[in-house]
Amino acid sequence: MTDAGYVLAAYAVIIGGLALYTGTLWRRLRSARRRDDEAR
Amino acid sequence: MKTRVLGLVALTAVVAVTLVALFVVPPDRNQGDAQRIMYPHVASAWLAYLSFGVTALAGIGWLWKRDLRLDAVAHAAAEIGVMFTAFAIWGGMMWGRPIWGVFWQWEDPRLTTTALLLALYVGYLLLRRLTDDPERRATRAAIVGIVAAIDIPIVHFSVEWWRGLHQTATIGSPDRVLNPAAPGIFVGTLFGTLAAFTLTWLYLMIRRYQLARAELAREEARRIDVLMSARTAEVAR
Repeated sequence: MTDAGYVLAAYAVIIGGLALYTGTLWRRLRSARRRDDEAR
Repeated sequence: MKTRVLGLVALTAVVAVTLVALFVVPPDRNQGDAQRIMYPHVASAWLAYLSFGVTALAGIGWLWKRDLRLDAVAHAAAEIGVMFTAFAIWGGMMWGRPIWGVFWQWEDPRLTTTALLLALYVGYLLLRRLTDDPERRATRAAIVGIVAAIDIPIVHFSVEWWRGLHQTATIGSPDRVLNPAAPGIFVGTLFGTLAAFTLTWLYLMIRRYQLARAELAREEARRIDVLMSARTAEVAR
C-alpha cells in the first residue's frame, strides 16, 4: 500500500468512526427520550 | 439549542482541519504524506488522556459527594475515551507501517502502555454492567477509574523513560510550543486539529452525559415500579 493509502485508511476510520459514534449517540438519546415521554 | 450550535461549529471545524491537513499542508520532508496522520493521531491521544482524566476526577467527586451526576460524567468520559484511544492506536498503526515498517511492536513502551490503557477502560465499561445498583456501580467504577488513571502519565512519559520505536512527545515543553522547530503551517494545523477535536469531544460529552442521565432516570423508574408492585402484592395478601 502507498503512503496515501495509509493516510486514507487512518482518516477514514477516525473521521468515519466519529460520525458513526455521533449518529449512534443521537439515536440512543432520541430513543431514551421517547421512552421517557411514553412513561409520562 | 446551544449544544446544537456547538455540534455544528465542531463539525465545521473538523471538516475544515481535515481538508487543510490532507490538501493544504505540504508533505513532510522526511516522512512524505504519511506525516499527515499525525494530526488526528495526536488529537485522539490528547482526548484519550483528557477523557480518562475526567473519569478519574468525576470518580473522586462521586466518592466525595455521592452525587450520581458525577458518575454519569465519569461514564460518559470513559466511553468517549475508549473511542479516542482506539483512534489513536489505529492512526499510530497506519502511520507506523510506512515509517517504521511495522504496524505494531509489543517491545515499544508507548504502544504497549496505550494498549493497556484501552484494555483498562474497556474493563471499566464492562465492570459497570455487572450490577444494576447505581450506587454500588458508581463506587466500583470510581475506584477502577482512579486506579486506571495511573496509566495516563505512564503512557505519556514512556517515550522519555524507556527506549522504543515511538518518537518523543510531539508537544513536549511549553518553550517548544512557543518556538516550534516545525514550519508554522504544520504547527498551526496541529493546533487547529486539537481545537476542532476538543470541540467535538465537548459536544459528545454533553450528549453522552444527557444519555447517561436519561438511563439513570429509567433505572430509577423501573426500581420504583418493582417496589410498587411488591407493595401492592403485599397489601393484596
